[in-house]
Amino acid sequence: MAGDKKTVKRYNVRMAGIGGQGVVTASHILSNGVIIGGGESTLVPFFGSEKRMAPVESYVRVAEDQIYEIGEIIYPNILMIFHPQVITHGKSYTMPFYWGLKKNGVVIINSEKPVPMIQDQMDELKSLGAKIYYIPATKLAIEVGGTDLATNMAMCGAISGVIGMPDLKSLEQSVRERFIGKGFVVSGGTASLDNVIEKKFAKKAELVAKNFAVVKAAHDFAIEHGWAETPVAAIPEMVAA
Amino acid sequence: MAEGLEEEVKTNPQGDVITATAPPPKLEEKKGAAAQRVVDPDYLLLHAPRKKTFITGSEAAKESIRRANVDIAISYPITPQSETMQQVGYLYAEGYLKDYYRGEEEYGVMSAIAGASRSGVRCLSATAGPGLMRGLEVISSWPGGRLPAVLLIMCRVINAPLAIQPDNVELSYMLSTGCILLHAENQQDFYDYPLVGFMVGEKPEVTLPVAVAVDGFFVTHARGWVRLPEADIKLPPRQCYHEAVPMMDNENPPIRISRDAPIQKSNFISYQMHASWQQEIWAAGERSRKWLNRWLGGLIEVVNPTAKTMIVASGAAVSQSREAVRQATEQGADVGLVKIKSIRPFPTEELIEALDHAERIIIPEFNYVGWLAREVRNVIPRTERVVPGGPRVFGGMSMPTELLLEYVLGTGSGRH
Repeated sequence: MAGDKKTVKRYNVRMAGIGGQGVVTASHILSNGVIIGGGESTLVPFFGSEKRMAPVESYVRVAEDQIYEIGEIIYPNILMIFHPQVITHGKSYTMPFYWGLKKNGVVIINSEKPVPMIQDQMDELKSLGAKIYYIPATKLAIEVGGTDLATNMAMCGAISGVIGMPDLKSLEQSVRERFIGKGFVVSGGTASLDNVIEKKFAKKAELVAKNFAVVKAAHDFAIEHGWAETPVAAIPEMVAA
Repeated sequence: MAEGLEEEVKTNPQGDVITATAPPPKLEEKKGAAAQRVVDPDYLLLHAPRKKTFITGSEAAKESIRRANVDIAISYPITPQSETMQQVGYLYAEGYLKDYYRGEEEYGVMSAIAGASRSGVRCLSATAGPGLMRGLEVISSWPGGRLPAVLLIMCRVINAPLAIQPDNVELSYMLSTGCILLHAENQQDFYDYPLVGFMVGEKPEVTLPVAVAVDGFFVTHARGWVRLPEADIKLPPRQCYHEAVPMMDNENPPIRISRDAPIQKSNFISYQMHASWQQEIWAAGERSRKWLNRWLGGLIEVVNPTAKTMIVASGAAVSQSREAVRQATEQGADVGLVKIKSIRPFPTEELIEALDHAERIIIPEFNYVGWLAREVRNVIPRTERVVPGGPRVFGGMSMPTELLLEYVLGTGSGRH
């Protein structure tokens, strides 16, 4: 694993987004990346009817030692908000979106600028000591990957930058396995969406490269803004990737 | 005259001449079940070398069924069971099952399983929550019919308001059916228990259906580490002529388990008949203990056996309890855990012994009614040791370790 073993603990990550953004896929890629990197990780998705714009949550546990717990995460220490509407339109199974966030937790929000919140919520987040990071994930996905469908890749890169797990090399392998290696079918809806994505990118190799470029751009964004919770070792071969 | 000697011209139904000739039969490589070899159950269940894989609970069940030498699977889709039976469909396509189809609905499915099992083949079905409720009338008749089969139950909320998450109150309905009932904790159990279920249920002295329950989504849709043996081995086939009730074929007529004509004449005789038959069903369940002990390594597992506070749990609540034990131990608390693997037969003697020294007993559950607490209180002495109220979560919510710790450490709402 990249980073200092003593400082990397366990992370309980709650991802919230809306249908079609690939929240569940992102949780699989993150979780699998941690496993590839030698850590331990489990996840469970939570969604209602599979349709675009409907609320979706997915919960990922990340640790360096054995994980026993299962099920959704009620008290996360990391929140990933894939779409501002989770906050502004209440498109979330958890209301308010930060409910259960542990003290000094991290909130990573996909937005180019701060999302308007009511004063009570801002006060509560402040009293929790929450660290709120805004990452323009969709913007990065369009600029670097050429499609907003890679928003979830940017979010994976961002959390990798923040918690140092998985390291970029493992994350790249995880992205590769998602599209080329032994596939995992999350649901029928996701399978049909995959076909759309594959048509957009003629070749799968190109698909992986573009997706990973988005991952890396978001990862670098997090590092450049000093969001890293733990020191992330620079991996030379990744500089070329 | 010459017409009869002319070569016959083959046409398709539209009248077009068929000119192509059928290709010679290919000598195909053996695949699916044909490429597997039958091994001793002890070898497959206990001794075969295994490799660690990281798969979902549904995939774990698939790998279990792949090695189970199943003849037929019948089911009807319902979330969160559907993904597992979709995987079983792939197995059918790969040649691991002889037949597989979707029934009309659960009542029809469970009836079809009864028929298939009576014909002597190895049967699999699976359902969840409301589907189990719909099939329950037929399932309740399986044990009396002495019909071995494995039913996978992926627990899901059954009460309104509707939800698809894992509340396991439905298992309380299974307790009284006479079926053997195993409760899997995680993906590994969901691989192991169905294989054990087929072998135990088909033992001559048992001859009963086995339900393997698991808490849906948290296990079926999530990945965990599963140790698997190679895929080229499978269980021996069902030995239907060795069972308590013979299969139905041209020589064995269907058994009559109703108030048969000679018996109908006296209600008293029919009551006696029913009573002795019921006693035999439950006795058969008791006789499964020795096989469950052999292949499950006991009906219970105990962690920290001397601790003064003992958690008793089954299914997903065990995983949450393991984490609670880990965190509580870190904080210096003296906490142990009893995992109940088999709900029917119930580990009565095992629990009395494992809990004899305990001062406090905590029974966390994923349902409102607390059926496991009821079961435990029914068999242990000094029931005042059981902390009231669980903790319990319901409606499909996961149990946060934080809540369990309140009970274990005697803080917050769990102060007792």
